[in-house]
Amino acid sequence: MSLVLNEEQTLLQSTARDFLLTNSPVDEFRKLRDSRDALGYSAELWQQIADLGWAGIIIPEQYGGLEFGFQGLAAIIEETGHTLLASPLISSSVLSASALVLGGNEKQKNDFLPQLANGSITLALALEDGNHHDPLGVTTSANPSDGGWLVNGRKVFVMDGHSADQLILVARTSGAAGESQGLSLFLVDAASAGITRTRTTMVDGRNAANIELENVAVGADQLLGTVDDGWTILEPVLDRGRIALAAELLGSAWEAFNRTVEYLKEREQFGVKIGSFQALQHRASIMYTELELSNSVVMHAASAVDDDPAGLPAIASLAKARMNDVSKLVTNEAVQMHGGIGVTDELDIGLFLKRSRVAMQLLGDSGYHKDRYATLNGY
Amino acid sequence: MSMESLDQFRSEVRQWLADNCPVSQRTPAQPGEQYWGGRRAEFPNADAQLWFERMRDKGWTAPEWPAEYGGGGLDEAQAKILKDEMKAIAARPPLVSLGIWMLGPALLEYGNQQQKEKYLTAIVRGEHRWCQGYSEPGYGSDLAGVQCRAEDKGDHYLVNGSKIWTSRADVADWIFCLVRTNTDAIKQEGISFLLIDMETEGISTSLIELISGESEFCQTFFDNVKVPKENLVGEADKGWSVAKSLLKHERKLMSEMGTDIPSVDPRTIARDYVSYNAEGKIANSEIRRQLAEYDMYIQAVGLTHFRGFEERMHNIQGNSPLIMKYVGTEAERLKGEALLALMGSSALGWEGDEFSATEKQALRQWAMSKTLTIAGGTHEIQLNIIAKRILQLPQ
Ligand SMILES: Cc1cc2nc3c(=O)[nH]c(=O)nc-3n(C[C@H](O)[C@H](O)[C@H](O)COP(=O)(O)OP(=O)(O)OC[C@H]3O[C@@H](n4cnc5c(N)ncnc54)[C@H](O)[C@@H]3O)c2cc1C
Repeated sequence: MSLVLNEEQTLLQSTARDFLLTNSPVDEFRKLRDSRDALGYSAELWQQIADLGWAGIIIPEQYGGLEFGFQGLAAIIEETGHTLLASPLISSSVLSASALVLGGNEKQKNDFLPQLANGSITLALALEDGNHHDPLGVTTSANPSDGGWLVNGRKVFVMDGHSADQLILVARTSGAAGESQGLSLFLVDAASAGITRTRTTMVDGRNAANIELENVAVGADQLLGTVDDGWTILEPVLDRGRIALAAELLGSAWEAFNRTVEYLKEREQFGVKIGSFQALQHRASIMYTELELSNSVVMHAASAVDDDPAGLPAIASLAKARMNDVSKLVTNEAVQMHGGIGVTDELDIGLFLKRSRVAMQLLGDSGYHKDRYATLNGY
Repeated sequence: MSMESLDQFRSEVRQWLADNCPVSQRTPAQPGEQYWGGRRAEFPNADAQLWFERMRDKGWTAPEWPAEYGGGGLDEAQAKILKDEMKAIAARPPLVSLGIWMLGPALLEYGNQQQKEKYLTAIVRGEHRWCQGYSEPGYGSDLAGVQCRAEDKGDHYLVNGSKIWTSRADVADWIFCLVRTNTDAIKQEGISFLLIDMETEGISTSLIELISGESEFCQTFFDNVKVPKENLVGEADKGWSVAKSLLKHERKLMSEMGTDIPSVDPRTIARDYVSYNAEGKIANSEIRRQLAEYDMYIQAVGLTHFRGFEERMHNIQGNSPLIMKYVGTEAERLKGEALLALMGSSALGWEGDEFSATEKQALRQWAMSKTLTIAGGTHEIQLNIIAKRILQLPQ
């Protein structure tokens, strides 16, 4: 385990920072949101990102990826939090790429990974059946039919689900809600018969979809991993996603914090800078301690993906729970410390607040992860 | 030092500890089992003495001090290895001492040759027990305001005034003291740093009882106490720099308390004190949440200690050292409250045989945690420091 970035990773992070500040500052995200863009992210920018290799950064070289490791990816994602980049990086390059790398057979890997890495297709993970993260609670069903399955159910809150070319469906082939045994993963073309996708307009201005699955026919070759045993792939995939979201939340929390500290040094009331008020100083200092602790936790989690698979579940829950809490604290305080202007749409702080709430829900809120952490630690 | 030689060093240390640390010294020390050294000190038991002597002879009572003063001459990476290996077998520190934690590092930076030879060697050998004369009844957080007076009388200083919250002044041999030598200058520029033998005529102490029931600290009175000039550390009126440097070491030490092996650990004690539901979860979800939050916080603090260490090894200038006193003592505070929540009324026994030693220890640990967010610069002072030094907010 290393809690400092090596030279290559540091270089990657600073390249990412420069690239994002130049090509997708927060203003660009604001334009996308205001134009109600049909895709929800800039296709051109996504292609540039793919050309830089980031779409395939954790994909093995033999499948067209950079094979750079998860710590590098997390460093990039942290930077995307600073500029609120809307992109399929987490849905496609973290969740779906991980599912294929960990669970795909040779053919599936060859069919999809190179295209995913070069930006020509995106994939999305259709997981949640309900309004709270509950992967074991999936009841979307896949019943045997014609040597394959028929999938029925409804998926909600599918990140980038409306625009993805392929979907990874999580469905139950046996067992009951709450059981890990009996879940299976299927790779399906998003245009398949029986799939109806509705884009949902979310508070963060990004992409999510509700997806109706009505007798969607999938063949045996579309199964990802083994039948009933999808959990052994899904759990580590979700942990990678949680760590990626924690990295994004870390970046966005630092950005909201830094902007707020700047404002405390600028804004005057009662003839003095508001940053001279100790009531605000102490709250800022407490946030700072939380952010410093968060740097260590997120970096450790990103390194654990490659270095400590056995410890990953608890480490991922530690990171996601912490970043949910810290992001909530920091974005609330950021709005409050800006006063009236803090609740205007004109100021970017509100965008950070809104994205925070969505990223907090994605793949598990604090309650979910504290409960999981406690269970994993035997209490 | 190269990775290979560090690995080599680690295996030597491990072997040496296995051979030399008595088994009885491989559990967290209960109060009264620690060896603090000093003229009047007695060893709690024969194993503690053996362990101390072996470590002293290696120079490992002060691993990072130069060997010429009886230290171990280790660099930071080696010292961390020694610390980690001791932690791995739960080895007790052979000697605990304000001399090692605070005064020594300050003397290494500011003391003259004669002072280093005289005091450092006595500290590593456990011959002098030191106490800290910083706070005064009127000046705690506002430490630079200290009034205890030291008048220049040619060959000596004449000290008059009092210090308060002086931990273990009643048993200490020496006190390092902030005294006012100049009343005309602005407050930080009239302070000197003096070393005073507690046996000098005119010094007296009175004990103050703490909420934990212990009489850990004292008020210390100075009534026409003569202190030889050679006991001045650094220059006259320039003692504030010495004082601040020492505080840095004090806070570093306090920041590590939260991640030390606790004598009562909420994570392991839970089994015996709460009921679990059929799924194996603590039935009371509020207690369970509190335990998880403590556990998660302490993990974050431990990882941040490690990150700080790695940054120093890579010469990266980070800000994490300035937050560690706050977060380390915050972890202790969370631990104390978690213990009380987990143990219920079992942790509320004050004395008597109806409560086990562990239970009474948990209560003391909780009470002690209240002192940690005050001593060494309060929580609020730490937040002020972060606001000023890191965030550079307007004052
Ligand atoms: C267990 C223990 C052992 C100790 N041992 C020693 C020792 O050996 N030697 C020694 O010299 N001292 C010792 N101390 C004293 C310790 O350093 C002081 O208690 C501490 O610095 C606080 O000073 P005070 O008690 O005067 O509180 P005060 O300074 O009066 O503080 C009272 C409250 O006001 C707050 N406050 C003060 N100033 C500010 C500010 N600028 N901004 C915001 N809030 C502020 C404080 O945070 C605190 O909450 C010990 C203390 C404890 C608890």
